Amino acid sequence: MASKPVLQVSNVLKTFGGLKALNKLNLSIEEGTVHAIIGPNGAGKSTLLNVCIGQLTPDTGSVEFDGKNITGKAPHEISQLGISRVFQTPQIFEELSILQNVMIPALAHLDGQFTFNAIKDLNHRRDVQDEAMRIIEEMNLIDQLDDRAGAMSRGNKRRLELAMCLVQKPKLLLLDEPTAGMARADTNQTIEILQKIKASGMTKVIIEHDMNVVFSLADRVSVLAQGTIIAEGTPQEMRESEIVKEAYLGGAKI
Amino acid sequence: MSLFSAVVLSMPIWMIPFGAAYPDILQKFVIFGVFAIGYNILFGLTGYLSFGHAAFLGVGSYTAVWSFKLLSMNIIPAIILSVVISGIFAVAMGYIALRRSGIYFSILTLAFAQMCYNLAYSVLTPITNGETGLQLAKSDPRIIDRLFSEAGEGLPSTTLFGIETSGYSGFYISAVIMIIVFYFSLRIFNSSFGLKLKAIKSNQNRMRYLGFNTKPYLLTAFVISGMYAGLAGGLLAATDPLAGAERMQWTASGEVILMTILGGVGTLFGPLLGVIIIKYFENIFSAVSQVDLHSFYAFLPAWLENSLVAISSMFVGEGWHLTLGLLFMFVVAFLPGGLLEGVEITFKKLLSYFQKSTSKPTKEVDTGANHGE
Repeated sequence: MASKPVLQVSNVLKTFGGLKALNKLNLSIEEGTVHAIIGPNGAGKSTLLNVCIGQLTPDTGSVEFDGKNITGKAPHEISQLGISRVFQTPQIFEELSILQNVMIPALAHLDGQFTFNAIKDLNHRRDVQDEAMRIIEEMNLIDQLDDRAGAMSRGNKRRLELAMCLVQKPKLLLLDEPTAGMARADTNQTIEILQKIKASGMTKVIIEHDMNVVFSLADRVSVLAQGTIIAEGTPQEMRESEIVKEAYLGGAKI
Repeated sequence: MSLFSAVVLSMPIWMIPFGAAYPDILQKFVIFGVFAIGYNILFGLTGYLSFGHAAFLGVGSYTAVWSFKLLSMNIIPAIILSVVISGIFAVAMGYIALRRSGIYFSILTLAFAQMCYNLAYSVLTPITNGETGLQLAKSDPRIIDRLFSEAGEGLPSTTLFGIETSGYSGFYISAVIMIIVFYFSLRIFNSSFGLKLKAIKSNQNRMRYLGFNTKPYLLTAFVISGMYAGLAGGLLAATDPLAGAERMQWTASGEVILMTILGGVGTLFGPLLGVIIIKYFENIFSAVSQVDLHSFYAFLPAWLENSLVAISSMFVGEGWHLTLGLLFMFVVAFLPGGLLEGVEITFKKLLSYFQKSTSKPTKEVDTGANHGE
C-alpha cells in the first residue's frame, strides 16, 4: 500500500515535568489501513492519541492530518476536520437517551461546530433522525433506543460511543482500547463490528492490549516504548520480531 | 399549550381558595415566572449556576423606568429596551464569566452582580437615584408622548396604548407575555439547540471532541436567560414604575435559584411551580397572624387550640422563612428533581393504585391533591 499518509506525526515531543511521554515520535498512518499501536503501560499510547485530537499540544514537532497542519488546533476544529475518537472509558452523555446520544454527533456532522436553531423541533429533523437510526441499528442498540445511556452495561456503552463516532463519518477513527474490560462475548461482537467497518475503508488507529484483536484486525502494527516507535511492520512480522518481544512481551511466547 | 394558557389566565379564579386572587400577587407570580423560566434555560439546560441574574432584573427595571421618563409611558418601548439593554449586559458578563465553569463561574457572576448593585448605590447615583430608587417625575421629558399630547396634571401612569398596566389588566398583560416566553422556552427545550445544551451539561468534553464549539452555545443560553431576566425586570417596572437597587442584590439571585430548584431544575413547569410556592409563602404565609390561627383552630378545645397556635405560629407570619427552609431541605434531600418530580411520582403511584383496585379511590385522591399543591 503506497497511498499517501492521512495522518503524519513528525518529531513530536511532549514532556510532563521531567518525563518524556513522547520522545521525538514519528508516525505515519496510511489511508484506508487499520493501524494498531501496541506497547507496554506508560509507553505514551494515550498521550499520542491526545496529541492527535487536540487535547494536548506537543512541545515541539507537528501533526498533519489530510495535508493540513493541526498542531495546536482546538479539539472541536480537529473533530470537524474528520478525526473521531473512542475513549478508554466511554465518554457518552449518561443522562440522555441512546437516540439523543447519537443524534448529537449527527448534528455536529450535518450542522457544523455552531448553529443556533432554537425554534425548529428536533423531531422534524428527519435527516438527523435517519442518520442516527441507521447507525444504531448497525450497532444492535435499536431495542434500547429510549433508554438512559448511563444505565447500560459497559459493553453497550462502548458500542454506543462507537456509534457516536461512526455517525460523523470520520476520515480517521481513533480507538483507545475498544475492548478493554469487556466480556469475551462482547469482545467478539466488537471485533465483528470493527471488521464490518474495516470493509468500508475508513482509516483507523487502534490502541489495544488484546493481541487477538490486534491480529484479527490490523494491517500494520507499530510498537511504542518509552515515547518512541521501536518497530513497525505487519502483524506477522511483529509477532516474530525479537525487539518487540524484548520490549513489550518480556520475552514470553505468544 | 392551550391548556397551560387557560390555567395561567384563569389564575384570578382558581387562586381564590388560596387567598391569592388579588392582582398584586398574581402579577408577581407571572413576572417572576418569566424570570424563573429564563433562569431555567441557563441552569436547567446547561447546569451553569449563575448567582448574578438579579443584575439583569435590575438593569431591566432601570431601563424601563428611564424609558418611561424619557420616551413614553407606553410599556412597549420600555419592555423592548429593557430586553435589549439587559441582553447587552449579559453578553459582557457572560463573555467574562464563561471563561470558567463550575464554582468559579458562579463566583464570577456573583461578583459581577454585586458590583452592579454597589455601583447602583454609589457612583451611578445620577442614573439610578441611589437609595431612594428611580422614580417618575412630572418634569420628565417623555419625548414620544409629548409628540401626541400635552403633559397632563399629576403623574401619568404606565399604559399599553391607553390600557392601564396596574391591577388586573397588568396581570393579564404580564400573563400573556409570560405565556409567549414560555412557549419560546418550550421550543428551545425541544430544539437541536436545547439538546446540545443538555449534552453540554452532561459531558462538555465529549461535546468538544464531537466537534462542537461549546463557548458560543453557553454564551447564547446565558444571553437568552439574561434577556428573560431583563424582561421580568421591565415588567416589574411596567406594573409599578419604580426601580431600586435592592432588586440587584444577591439575595434576589438566590431567590430565583431557590424557585428553580424547589420546583424542579430542567423541567418546563418546575420553575413556575417554584415561583408560585415561594411568592405565595412570601406574601400570604407571612401575613398570617395569631388571630388567624386562633380562628383556624377554633373548633378544637381551648387547651389544644392554644398549644397548636403556639406551635403553628413559629411557621407562619414572621416565621415563613422557617417553613420555606424546611420545605427546601425536604425537597433537596428527598426529591432532587424538585416538587414536580414529587407530583410525578405521586401520579404514577396513583395510576398503578387505580389499575390494581378501583374500590376505594377517594382517600388517595386527597393525598394526591395535597402533593400537587
